[in-house]
Amino acid sequence: MERYDAIVIGGGLVGSAIAYGLVRARLRVALLDEGDVAFRASRGNFGLVWVQSKGDDAPHYQRWTRLSADEWPALAAELEAKTGIAVGHQRPGGVHLCLGEAEIEARHAMMERMRIQSGNLGFDYRMLDHRELTNMLPALGPAVSGASWTPYDGHANPLNLLHALHKGFAENGGRYLPNSTVSEARATPGDFSIPVAGREISAPKVVLAAGLGNAELARHFGLSAPVRPLKGQILVTERARQVLPMPITTIRQTVEGSIMLGDSQEDASFDTSQSPAVMQTIARHALLSFPWLRDLQIVRAWAALRVMPPDGLPIYDQLERFPGAFTANCHSGVTLAGAHANLLAPMITAGALDPTLELLSAKRFDVSVAA
Amino acid sequence: MVPAGASAAAAVLFAGFDSIRKTPVEGCERAPYCMMGVCFDCLAEIDGVANRQSCMIEVWPGMRIGRQMRARAIDPKV
Repeated sequence: MERYDAIVIGGGLVGSAIAYGLVRARLRVALLDEGDVAFRASRGNFGLVWVQSKGDDAPHYQRWTRLSADEWPALAAELEAKTGIAVGHQRPGGVHLCLGEAEIEARHAMMERMRIQSGNLGFDYRMLDHRELTNMLPALGPAVSGASWTPYDGHANPLNLLHALHKGFAENGGRYLPNSTVSEARATPGDFSIPVAGREISAPKVVLAAGLGNAELARHFGLSAPVRPLKGQILVTERARQVLPMPITTIRQTVEGSIMLGDSQEDASFDTSQSPAVMQTIARHALLSFPWLRDLQIVRAWAALRVMPPDGLPIYDQLERFPGAFTANCHSGVTLAGAHANLLAPMITAGALDPTLELLSAKRFDVSVAA
Repeated sequence: MVPAGASAAAAVLFAGFDSIRKTPVEGCERAPYCMMGVCFDCLAEIDGVANRQSCMIEVWPGMRIGRQMRARAIDPKV
C-alpha cells in the first residue's frame, strides 16, 4: 500500500493545475493520468485566457473567471522561473468581433448585463465601432460592424502550460503515474483507496479531475458530474511575423507566429473526426473578419472534445458522506488554471471549498433542489 | 545536374547545402528531413513565395529557391 496526502485523478490541465498547487503546499501527491485512450481535451485547446463572455446571468462564474485571469501573470512567471518553460502568457485585452447591427446590439446588451451583475467588482468594457477598431486591428473586413473589448482577456500556449505544470509537479516531489485508469475505489471517511496498474494507493484526499471521464468516475464516489462532450475544430496557419496585437474570440496569433482559427461547437458524442464542411465555415468566418488571411496557408487542423457541463459553468464539489473527495470539471482548463493552482488547491489542502463556490456545486442540476 | 522530377528539397540537398532555413523562434539551422510533407523543415522561398514546403514541389528550369530565414511577413490589406 502506497500512502499519499492526496490523489488527483486526471493529468490534464485541471488535474495538473490542482496537483501542482497541492505539492507546492508540501502535500505528497499522486497524479493519475489515463493514457492515449483518454479524450485529452488539454491537447486540443485554443489557448485563450478569456473573461469577457463568461458568466452572463452567473456573477459567481464571472467573479471566479476574473480571479483566475488575475492569478495568471503570477502563475505564468512562477512556472517559468521554476521549470524554465515559458507558457507565453500575454494579457493585452481582447476583442469579440460582431458582424452586423443585430450582433452588436445583442453583444452590447450582454456586456451591460454583466457590468450590472458584477456589482462592486466592476466590469470594464467598451463597445467599439468599425472606425475605432481599425486603429487596433489590421485591415478588418467590411462585414465587421463593431466589437466588444475588455482589458481582462489574454492568451497563452496551452501545451507549454500543461508541460510546465507537469514538470513543476514532479520537481516539487509529486508522483506522476501514467496509464492509470481508475475503475474502482474504496471510500471510508477520510481514507480513499484506489487500485491502479497492479498496485493499491491510498490518501485522505482524492480529487476527481478526469474531464469527460468524471461523468462515470464520480459515480464510484457517490458524486455527480454530468459533463458531456462538445466538439470543437481548429485550423492553424503557417507562421508569420506578428500582426495581431491582441486575441479575438475565435482568432489569435501565437507567440511563435501561427494564427489559430476556431469557433465551432458540435454535439457529436465522442466522435473526434474533422469535417470539411465545418472547417470551411471556420475559414469563411475568419475571412469575413480579416480578408488578408486568405494569403496564409493552413498547415494543421484538429478536432477535440470540450468537457461541457449542462449550463457551461464549472463544477466543484466535496462529497458530504465521505469528506475529502472533491470534483473539479470545466471547459476552460486554460482560463481557470490560475484559479485551480492558486485558489482551489489551497481550499482542498485546507479541506473545505470556499462558500463562494457553493453555487458551482453539481447540486444545481438536482431537480428536487432546484424546485 | 538535378534529375528531372526531383523535388526542390532534393535539389537543395543534391547541391550540397546543409541548411535551407532558420527556425522562426530560435533561429536554428534546418535542412530538409522527412521529404514527405510532414516535418516542415524544408520551408523555402520559392519564386518569391514564402514558407513553401520544398519537398512537395517538383523543380522546374529557372526555379529560384531562397532560404526561409525567418517567419514570413504578411501585408494585411482588405
